[in-house]
Amino acid sequence: MWSGARLALAVITLAVTATACGTPQGSGSRSRTTADCAPYARYGEHPGTEVTVYAENRDREADLFEETWADFAHCTGIDVRYEGDGEFEAQIQVRVDGGNAPDVAFFPQPGLMERFARTGKLKPVSAGVAALAKQGWSADWNSYATVDGTLYGTPLVSNVKSFVWYSPTFFRDKGLSVPRTWTELMAVTEKVAASGVKPWCAGIESAEATGWPVTDWIEDVLLRQQGTDVYDQWVAHEIAFDDPRVIKAMDTVGSVLKNDRYANGGFGPARSMASISFQEAGTPILSGDCAMHRQASFYADMWPKGTGIGPDKDVYAFLLPGADPANRPVLGGGVFTAAFADRPEVRAFQEYLASADFARARMRKGPFVSANRGVDPADAATPVDRLSIQLLQDPRTQFRFDGSDLMPASVGAGTFWKGAVDWIGGASTRQVADSIERSWPGP
Amino acid sequence: MPFDVVAQQPKLLYLLQGVAAFAAVVSLILLALHRGPVRRRAAALVLLAPALLLLTIGLLVPGLRTLALSFTDRGGDTWAGFDNHVWMLTDHRALVALRNTLAWVVLVPLASTAVGLLYAAAVARSRFRAFALSLVLTPMAISFVGAGVVWKFVYAYRPPEAGQIGLLNRLVVAFGGEPRQWLVDSPWNVLFLIVAMVWTQAGFAAVLLTGAIRAVPAELTEAARLDGASPGQIFRRITVPSIRPTLLVVLLAQAVGTFKAFDIVKTMTGGQFGTGVLAHEMYDQAFRYGETGRGAALAVLLFLLVTPFVAHRLRAQRRTG
Repeated sequence: MWSGARLALAVITLAVTATACGTPQGSGSRSRTTADCAPYARYGEHPGTEVTVYAENRDREADLFEETWADFAHCTGIDVRYEGDGEFEAQIQVRVDGGNAPDVAFFPQPGLMERFARTGKLKPVSAGVAALAKQGWSADWNSYATVDGTLYGTPLVSNVKSFVWYSPTFFRDKGLSVPRTWTELMAVTEKVAASGVKPWCAGIESAEATGWPVTDWIEDVLLRQQGTDVYDQWVAHEIAFDDPRVIKAMDTVGSVLKNDRYANGGFGPARSMASISFQEAGTPILSGDCAMHRQASFYADMWPKGTGIGPDKDVYAFLLPGADPANRPVLGGGVFTAAFADRPEVRAFQEYLASADFARARMRKGPFVSANRGVDPADAATPVDRLSIQLLQDPRTQFRFDGSDLMPASVGAGTFWKGAVDWIGGASTRQVADSIERSWPGP
Repeated sequence: MPFDVVAQQPKLLYLLQGVAAFAAVVSLILLALHRGPVRRRAAALVLLAPALLLLTIGLLVPGLRTLALSFTDRGGDTWAGFDNHVWMLTDHRALVALRNTLAWVVLVPLASTAVGLLYAAAVARSRFRAFALSLVLTPMAISFVGAGVVWKFVYAYRPPEAGQIGLLNRLVVAFGGEPRQWLVDSPWNVLFLIVAMVWTQAGFAAVLLTGAIRAVPAELTEAARLDGASPGQIFRRITVPSIRPTLLVVLLAQAVGTFKAFDIVKTMTGGQFGTGVLAHEMYDQAFRYGETGRGAALAVLLFLLVTPFVAHRLRAQRRTG
């Protein structure tokens, strides 16, 4: 009896201690806001409800999201529970199959989202969200979240991938100007190479996603050489993966990336890019060991601390040029929200995420690009973000989504990446393109 | 994120319910057995029932379902016949994964047992045995993911003109060589991954084999020595034959464990550069690519490959036990 009582006491003590430690963290996001609730009145009151969110963003990115919707959560009474997971792409399937789907998920690839829409797991958006989507985004952007005519989500994050990062100082010292056509770009490349510096640096190591920066390169060049129609057909597999036009684009990329005279600046021979993580790949620009690095707008976060970004700072970016300066093909990517539940509080939260208010609020917190028409480029946190938003809002821009994110995952996140790695490693264009074509899954 | 008892309360509650339910079932069975005269066979059946039930739910049903899924297409709901099995045995990458898995299963048990045996022979009669064994066991205490991260750093590549951060390239450069991309150059990169696995497994072999070597009767070695056998001869002719059963157990256990190798590949290369193995390819197909049928087919293949090893081990156990 005595030992039983002692055990019970120990358990109670433990529970009390744990509760005391645990409580302050549980209510963290709600307690710090004393916001004006008027803008949130339209989302209604949902006291005591909970919405679970599952996405791949962690650490600072996750914190910024949570800070952005803290006011919304406070005013509507919805407890938004966010969970970030680096293994999102694989785990979302496991969770949905296991009957443990989140209420809302942030999908980094429309292809992945489509898989869940086709199996009937996702809920179509409400009329309210559909109206916001129509108002906020172009038909192109909405089409990525549309499956068989039904809209399943809205864009949350947008990014521009077709940037070439460079050092304005380096360009000035070498007497180079920002190229406006592909020919000028190759002239700059040759000029830098002749001066004894390898013009391009690249890194494609990214754990199991290793290879993706090369696939972006190929997509970008195909888009510039053949235009949007051929690009769309290629992504939808209406023309073969190893179509002669694709082979041509790959060979053009190869003449830069697989060329030991042009790459890999600061890291050694061209093949070295397989060992260099994409995050660190652009750093030789700062030391003058490399002139240009083609990478997305989000590369702004990957420069070492203290690097100034701007037209007259340490680094800046220009749009990868095409054959004709009048055309503005832009390759980009994005993250989409979609819901596995249609409870009123989930609807309200989805509606908030679809609003321009959310995009504006998130932009005020730090680097962020949204293709929403309602955001003002002047609010952008960095000059490159501003440039991205201007490009996305410009009606002359021909925006196309990252093709590997739209292809079936076994190609777009599998054989295309792996093929790109083999290709950089020395395999021939024909051999790699053929093997990717053969790997395309049947209907 | 720290463990928050309040946030985890529902899960803890489930856990509690589960434990309570389990206790209730066990008590009920014991009570049923306690009451009245029950035949021995019936008693055995009643006692076995919970375990059988759990095995059915947790092993048999998922196993059969996986088998069924291997005959379906991507989404797992349309019949696809033997398509996935044909794919598995013809697709270039699946074959590379199969080749690598075979290399792993042959090399890891042999290498780690050889290293473990030599180490065991060296320390079995030493005064520092306990210390030496704990030293070689340390890698085993590190998770495979941890080991993968450590070895990834060992093999790290930097351009020749920059300072090397990887141990191996540092040594190569110190001896006047060119740094190499150890994890990129196929097919040798498979061997470098295998070294990491052997590093984690050799300790297990060393500990078991040390025990076995110490159990070899001292009279035997003494008699051999009196007859003029050299230490090498004693090791080959007396020690190794005497510990053969243990050697076999170690080899088989390592082989079964190696079939499931996943973590090291995932952390070090993510299956890139032609280093994929079956377990990793299965995960990629089933979960990352959403190719449920192909993933299931690979799982079935993996199961078939492991079965003979497990069967042999069970038989051996029955013989000795």
